[in-house]
Amino acid sequence: MFLIKTKRIIVSGYRNFSRSGFTSFASVLIMTVTLFVITSLIFIQAALNSSLNDIKEKVDVTVYFVSDAKESSIQNIEDALKNLPEVRDITYTSQDQALVQFKERHSNDYLTLQALDELDQNPLGASLNIKAKDPSQYESISKYFETEDALSKGALTIIDKIDYHQNKVVIDRLTSIINGAKKLGFAVSLILVLISILITFSTIRLIIYMSREEINVMKLVGAGAKYIRGPFIVSGILVGIIASVVTMILFVPVTIWLGNQMTDFIGINLYTYYKTNFFQLFIIMLGSGVIIGSISSIFAIHRYLRK
Amino acid sequence: MIYFNNVTKKYLDSVSLEEVTVTITQGEFVAIVGHSGAGKTTMTKLILAEESPTDGTVFFESTDIHKLSNKDLTNFRRKVGVVFQDFRLLSNKTVYENIAFAMEAIEKDEEEIAQDVPHVLELVDLTSKSTHFPHQLSGGEKQRLAIARAIITQPDLIIADEPTGNLDPINTNEVMNLLKKINDLGTTIILTTHNKTVLDQIKKRVITLENGRVVRDDKDGKYML
Repeated sequence: MFLIKTKRIIVSGYRNFSRSGFTSFASVLIMTVTLFVITSLIFIQAALNSSLNDIKEKVDVTVYFVSDAKESSIQNIEDALKNLPEVRDITYTSQDQALVQFKERHSNDYLTLQALDELDQNPLGASLNIKAKDPSQYESISKYFETEDALSKGALTIIDKIDYHQNKVVIDRLTSIINGAKKLGFAVSLILVLISILITFSTIRLIIYMSREEINVMKLVGAGAKYIRGPFIVSGILVGIIASVVTMILFVPVTIWLGNQMTDFIGINLYTYYKTNFFQLFIIMLGSGVIIGSISSIFAIHRYLRK
Repeated sequence: MIYFNNVTKKYLDSVSLEEVTVTITQGEFVAIVGHSGAGKTTMTKLILAEESPTDGTVFFESTDIHKLSNKDLTNFRRKVGVVFQDFRLLSNKTVYENIAFAMEAIEKDEEEIAQDVPHVLELVDLTSKSTHFPHQLSGGEKQRLAIARAIITQPDLIIADEPTGNLDPINTNEVMNLLKKINDLGTTIILTTHNKTVLDQIKKRVITLENGRVVRDDKDGKYML
């Protein structure tokens, strides 16, 4: 009997949906708008994250060593830094590399190059470029050089300068901008998602309100609460499924266009992002659609099923 | 079978039924008559527990209808078939599905549905319209469909609230004959109406209401107002 009942509920829900023409169309439309908003927010988050990562990449701390520092001492400090939990990456630039880079940078500056050639010794020191896992951690990394451990490795004598203190203001400001942007983005997304869910909920409520007479008739004919509720939930789920498919199709031209026009501005190619994350995005859409559709139906019909 | 014990029903400050005590026994065909607002529809709504009495009790067999739990109420309603003046069909379902729905609701299996529905469709002469939707039917056809839906579950009691109110004389005749036929097969019928010719024709028990009170209870069909 359970199987027969389930089948009847599904068939009945499908018929309600397919025979309600315009009403079903309207609810799919509203649900599509909701899912479109949710998907857009996912894209915006992705774009925001990628730009924030770009910015983070540009923040670093460089430790410059005096020109007569021994390579083994620098090696010691590098190894110690690598063990710090905040450090993500360290690049070592030797004295010779520093000279090559300097010459490249000043290839148009003939005077400087000539002055450099006058010297019989390489005046540039080696350096360590440090990237932290998070911009807020540069402070603690720079503090490492004041610790006993660093001092015992002779840090004081071989380090020429650390540019953290020069960059401190910029780094601090970037850190707060990044954190602020993340919080704001999340709050705005949450509000938009809530609003669109409420709109969908109201639409489904309205549609069920229009069916209240029929619900009453079903009750009088002796149908149980579950049997009355079932088909409405099935219709709600169908709305969610169709709307999620429509949304995914709509995003193909949208992301192709954005990919062609806006990649430089946004920082990532949204069409590539859409293609690589297609499956997860579809699952999120489908899940949101089905959950919003069915829960709205359950809530909306509840009041008509009391005595 | 149905017993009204000193029932009073008030809506805000107006009295719809006042101290009504009526007994309806198994197999009876009872017509409740009266002017508009006399309390006819209120009586049917009280039997179906769509409304609760302000005072007094309504019994079905020996149980108080208004003290039933949701589940028991559903079970009770399965024993009652209802026909309304405004038909109240399920507009999204075809003629066949409207009738089948009543059977599905009481958990009949597919074979029984496939067997009984065509039989009842034939009885109310709607076989050729089984795939039509309610909005494609005439008033008489809609009412016959409503009756088909009410009888398909073989209820103990059928309540027909002004079933001929929206029908022309020919359709009225058909509907009344149908109800009489059902009554002859043993089903109790409670009919509300203000159609004089209907009553004179059936010659059954008539309860007359006036301003919410029972003013007459005649054994064989006279309509006097």
